[in-house]
Amino acid sequence: MFVEWVIFSNESRDVLIKAVKLTKKYDDFVAVDGIDFEIYSGECVGFLGPNGAGKTTTVRMMYCFLPPTSGDLIIAGLSVHDRCREIKQVVGVAPQEDNLDLDFSVVKNLVVYARYFDISKEEALKRANEQLDFFQLQEKRDMPIEALSTGMKRRLIFARALLHKPKVLLLDEPTTGLDPQARHLVWDAVRQLKKLHVTIILTTHYMDEAEILCDRIIIVDHGKIIEDGPPKELIKKHIGENVLELDYDSTLLPMLKQTFSDARIEVIGERMQVFTSKPYSVFDGFLHEHKIQNVTLRKANLEDVFLKLTGRALRTND
Amino acid sequence: MTEVNLRKSPAKFSIPKISSNVWKVWRRNADVFTKTIGVNFLPSMLEPIIYLFAFGFGLGGFIPEVNGLPYINFIAPALVAISVMNGAFFECTYGSFVRMYYQKTFDALVATPISIDEVVAGEILWGATRGAINSTIVLTVIGISGLLTANPIITTPLFILMPIIAFFSGLMLSSIAMCFTAISPNIDFFNYPIFLFITPMLFLSGTFFPMNTLPNPAQGLALTTLPLAQIVNLTRGALTGATETLLGLTTKTLIPISIIWITIITIIFFILSINLMKKRLIR
Repeated sequence: MFVEWVIFSNESRDVLIKAVKLTKKYDDFVAVDGIDFEIYSGECVGFLGPNGAGKTTTVRMMYCFLPPTSGDLIIAGLSVHDRCREIKQVVGVAPQEDNLDLDFSVVKNLVVYARYFDISKEEALKRANEQLDFFQLQEKRDMPIEALSTGMKRRLIFARALLHKPKVLLLDEPTTGLDPQARHLVWDAVRQLKKLHVTIILTTHYMDEAEILCDRIIIVDHGKIIEDGPPKELIKKHIGENVLELDYDSTLLPMLKQTFSDARIEVIGERMQVFTSKPYSVFDGFLHEHKIQNVTLRKANLEDVFLKLTGRALRTND
Repeated sequence: MTEVNLRKSPAKFSIPKISSNVWKVWRRNADVFTKTIGVNFLPSMLEPIIYLFAFGFGLGGFIPEVNGLPYINFIAPALVAISVMNGAFFECTYGSFVRMYYQKTFDALVATPISIDEVVAGEILWGATRGAINSTIVLTVIGISGLLTANPIITTPLFILMPIIAFFSGLMLSSIAMCFTAISPNIDFFNYPIFLFITPMLFLSGTFFPMNTLPNPAQGLALTTLPLAQIVNLTRGALTGATETLLGLTTKTLIPISIIWITIITIIFFILSINLMKKRLIR
C-alpha cells in the first residue's frame, strides 16, 4: 500500500505540531483548557484520557473541524486560525464516527474522496486498489457501505485517510469495535507508516495498543494535560516494575505492608494490588510463606498508570 | 515556525470565501444523481404529464380562455416554474439535510481541503442544477404534448433560455431552502416551509389561475413577496412571449423587475444560508 510514498525527513527533530494555550469552550463547559504541547516530525503520539477528557476535541482542532476558542495550534508551520485549506492538504483523518459516503460503493468512496484532494482519476484508482489490497477489502470493492461490518468500515475509513499520502495522520479510536485480526492489521499499518516517518496522533481507550504503538503518551483529563512521556518511562515513574494482585484479606494486608514497605498498595473491591519494583525472589518468598492462592504477578503496564492518574470513577460519555 | 497568535476565532458573520472546490461537491451529487437516474427521471416526468392531463385537458375543457390563451397554454409555463421550484427546494431541504445530518457527508467533506462555505455553496449549485434538469424534462413533455395536440404551447424561440432561467431561479430557491435546512432541528421541521411557503406559493403565483384576477393589493403583495411569481413571469415570457399584465405593468416592465428581484433575493439568501450553516456546524 505504501509504494511510492514520500518518505518524510526525520533528520532534524522538527516540531511539526505545536499547541499554545489551546482552549475550547462551549458556553460554560471547558473541553480543552489552555493546553500546551509539541509533537515532533515522525513521532507517534497517543492521546489518552477518560471519556469527555478532551482528546477528540483536541484532534478535531488539528484538522480545523473545530476552531479553538483561544490560543493557537500550528501544524507544519500553519496556524489553524487562517490556514485551514493548506493544513487539510497535509493531514489525513480517520474520525471516530463513521462518515463514509453511503451513496457510493467501497471503491467509489475512495475514488471520490481522492478527487476532493485533486488527485487524478487514474492515480486515485491505483491508490484505492493499493489500499483495498492492504486492508483486505478488495473482495468488497463494489459493495455498498451498508453491506460492510463495523470492522470493515473502520478499515475503509483508515484507508481513505491515506489516499493523499498525508504528512500527519490523525487516528481517532481507529480500533474500536475491531476483532483481534483487524486490530493487528491496523497496528501493522501504523508501524509501516511510522517507518515512513509519517507523524501519527492516535487516541484510544486500549492501553495495550497505546503502549505498543506510541513513542510518547499524553494523558489528558478534564481538558488538561496531566502527564506526558514515553510509555515505559511513565510506567517506571508511576508504577514500578511489577504488580502483584491477590484476593483481599484483612489479616494479610499489614503483612504485605511490612514486606513491601516502599510499595503502593491498593484495595479495589475484592482484590488487592501491590505496585513494586522488588525482585521476584521477594514475591516468591512471601507467597510461599503465606500459602496464598489465586494470585497474579504481572508486569506493570500503561493501564496501571492511567488508572492511577485519572482515578477509577466512571465518567459520563462525551 | 510561524508566529504564534492567541486571538480568538474569526467574526460570526462573513462573506463566503469560495474556490473551484464547490464543483467537487457539485460533482459528488451529480455522480449520485447519474447513478440513480432512473429513479430521478420518472417522477419528474410523470408529474407534469399528470398536471397537463388533469388541469390542461380535464379542467381546461370547462375553461374557454385565460388572458387570450387556451387554459393548457396558460398553465404550461407555470408547470415549468413549479418543477424548478420543487427540484431546487426539495434537493436543498430533504436532500441536503439527509447528507448533513444522517449521512455525515458534510463532516467527511470538511476534513479535506474543501471548506464549509464551499460545501454549502456546492449543495446550492447542485440544487439549482436539479431545478434546471427538472425544467428541461417538463419542457420536453410540454413540447411533445404540443406537437401531439396540434397546439404548439411554446410559441417563441426564447424557450432556449429556459435552462438558464431555471438555473438562476433554482439558485434562489436552493439558497432559501438551505436557510431552512440550517435552522431545522429535525427532518419533520420541513413541514412548516412546505405547508406555509411552498404550497400557498404553488397556487397564488399566477400558476393555475391568473394573478390579475386578484384584488390589486393582493397582486402587489404576491408580486413583491413570492419567489415563484417571479419565476412564472420569466417562464411565461420565455415560452409564450408575454407575462400577465399585473397592476398595469406589462411584459417589458415585469421581466426586468423579476430578474432584479431574483438576483437580489438570491444574493441575500445565498450569503445568509452559508452563515447560518456555519453557525450550525462549526461549534
